[in-house]
Amino acid sequence: MAKLTIDDLRKKRAEAQKGLYLREGEFRGKITVHMGTCGIAAGARTIVAAFLEELEKSGLKDIMITTSGCAGLCSKEPMATVEMLNSPPVKYGELTPEKARTIFKEHIVGGTAAVEYALGIGSERGA
Amino acid sequence: MAPQRIELMLCTGTGCVAGGSFRLKTALENELARQGLKDEVSLVPTGCNGFCGQGPLMVVMPEQVFYGWLKEEDIPFLVQEHFLKGRPVKKLMFTPPEKKEPIPLLGDIPFFRKQMLLVLRNKGVIDPEKITDYLARDGYVALEKVLTSMSPEEVVEEITKSGLRGRGGAGFPTGVKWTVCRKEPKTPKYVICNCDEGDPGAYMDRSVFESDPHSVIEGQTIAAYAIGASHGYIYVRSEYPLAIKRMQIALEQAQEFGLLGKNILGTGFSFDLEIREGSGAFVCGEETSLIHSIEGQSPEPHQRPPFPAQVGIWGCPTVINNVETLANVPIIITRGADWYSQIGTPTSKGTKIFSLVGKINNTGLIEVPMGITLREIIYEIGGGIPDNKLFKAVQTGGPSGGCIPNAHIDLPIDYESLKEVGSMMGSGGMIVMDEDTCMVDVSKFFIQFTNDESCGKCTVCRDGSDALLEVLTRIANGEGQDGDVEFLEELGAVVKDASMCGLGQTLPNPVLSTLKYFRDEYIAHVRDKNCPAKACKALIKYYIDPDKCPGCTLCLKNCPTGAIKGETKHVHVIDQTVCSKCGECLEVCPPKVSAVVKVSGKEAQELQSLAAPAPVKEWRARRAQESSTVNTRS
Repeated sequence: MAKLTIDDLRKKRAEAQKGLYLREGEFRGKITVHMGTCGIAAGARTIVAAFLEELEKSGLKDIMITTSGCAGLCSKEPMATVEMLNSPPVKYGELTPEKARTIFKEHIVGGTAAVEYALGIGSERGA
Repeated sequence: MAPQRIELMLCTGTGCVAGGSFRLKTALENELARQGLKDEVSLVPTGCNGFCGQGPLMVVMPEQVFYGWLKEEDIPFLVQEHFLKGRPVKKLMFTPPEKKEPIPLLGDIPFFRKQMLLVLRNKGVIDPEKITDYLARDGYVALEKVLTSMSPEEVVEEITKSGLRGRGGAGFPTGVKWTVCRKEPKTPKYVICNCDEGDPGAYMDRSVFESDPHSVIEGQTIAAYAIGASHGYIYVRSEYPLAIKRMQIALEQAQEFGLLGKNILGTGFSFDLEIREGSGAFVCGEETSLIHSIEGQSPEPHQRPPFPAQVGIWGCPTVINNVETLANVPIIITRGADWYSQIGTPTSKGTKIFSLVGKINNTGLIEVPMGITLREIIYEIGGGIPDNKLFKAVQTGGPSGGCIPNAHIDLPIDYESLKEVGSMMGSGGMIVMDEDTCMVDVSKFFIQFTNDESCGKCTVCRDGSDALLEVLTRIANGEGQDGDVEFLEELGAVVKDASMCGLGQTLPNPVLSTLKYFRDEYIAHVRDKNCPAKACKALIKYYIDPDKCPGCTLCLKNCPTGAIKGETKHVHVIDQTVCSKCGECLEVCPPKVSAVVKVSGKEAQELQSLAAPAPVKEWRARRAQESSTVNTRS
């Protein structure tokens, strides 16, 4: 490899920074795909894959995609919860990869919840 | 590369590797592939995470879930539950001793919360074998800054202003060392990184090499620019194979990127580095010995001045800095001396890495701001003493340092305060001792070490350590004589005064500091043949209380030397001539029985066992009769 100049080094550094965002801990939003047995059976893994693909396309580095257990509404699986900073969480149900893509574009990128697929807004209250 | 949703930061520092982290790595990779998660979850082998007592360990990003004491058989369940289904596994999380609920997140664990990471800012966050990971964390920004916008004089000035002092032990101001070397007219000049870490229980430098080798390379290159050196050495002991391997990889990557070698980053500055392995003689950490070792001579120290900064390796001006000192340099340059010098105490700036070991709940590597108290380190970060034992002392500074007793537990730590109480900062070993630790035994251990490691050049060090060891051994064996304690003090002072290098000048410190704070303990050994901590084997005795022994044969079965005589429902007896004093009987005797006791001194002489095993019933009947006779008489 050719020796780097100052400019090359800066470019390399900027490139490298893109790969480390999971470890830096600054997130603006979080997508949780519910992966109970019910969710997985209903195809939750394809939903995760769709979100990940959209994340890559968007180039966003401050969105966390994670999984959690069954959300309790098994008949509506696959389900996902989208939480953006400073706004209430939105639960989406009966997802397909296409719906997931739309949700990503409208809610994460666009900033408005994709109400047509939403089951509800806000968290369930504890007893 | 497609984005991933989880990164597994698996600790692969030497400690965790010894615990099997490379096997875990294979198991994790296989299981992720088997469950089809390979593209969504990636595994990053990191350097030492610091919480070594919990190793092998792993931190799951981005949530920062901390898992410790991992075993291969845990992996399939963990992958399925957490990485697939998103249910973090409680039983693999850290639970503080005597607590029931685990603490899931790294940031909430007290061990991590009180720390301040400057030097170790990248530990557990980067793969040490990838230069791009280091770059992403603002790596080589400082080098870029000095090469493009600072003169060498300004760099020296900045380091001087920061107040950085040598982290290898003595705390010499780094800026002063650099200034002296910079002013020397002779060329070429050299920079040496001292990674000859030899204090028992200390592994700060090894961990920096293993977790973030580029920070040292960057610091050393900046040092070279500042003093005008064109070549440097990294001196590391060959007992650190993983550290050497990672440093070698880092050097090759830096050379490939043009961050080392000729015309660095096209700025015209040239500097190259090579690794020199030492065979691990303790004295090689002393800078003049280290120079001799690299030159291929016998590693014996020589008289200073001239100092290496004036006349060093190959007779040329040489700066020798410790690993941690050099790793501080990039962050000082990046953030500025004004920022750095706000951290710490008036005389000691920045942070210090300690390896916290011994009788402490949370064993590991910590980085804390100067001025933190021992209490904060031991009770908050360290989580206190196991089994609710009493804290007795903490040994800092390794074989050159001393023991600090409970009375000084609120001491804010810096170079000066530690010296005032008879210890020293040293390179950062911190060995915690509880009530079961015998101070004579501790002194003996350290003198044994320095006696082995003395190069033999100075008579006082060579023969003085022999004599100290002989007397300490005698005291520990219960053969101490009147005047021994005074002799230790007198000889210790002479060895300190008349030795040429740091090894001899500091080797009596463990003896002198324990004599200062625990003199009674020495006197008890000499006069009463009593080891108050019940640790010196020659002065203790295991004894089975006939009134309590139910004759369960548990101790008898576990005794490795067959010293215990008895049979079922017979009071057992220890044959003192056969007993090796391993303490196994005490360990296995059930707490509700607690018939086995460890005694020393007067008690040991007075307590008499039964002559031979006797049936429990008969013995108890006899005792009952005896006591009733006593009662009627009174």
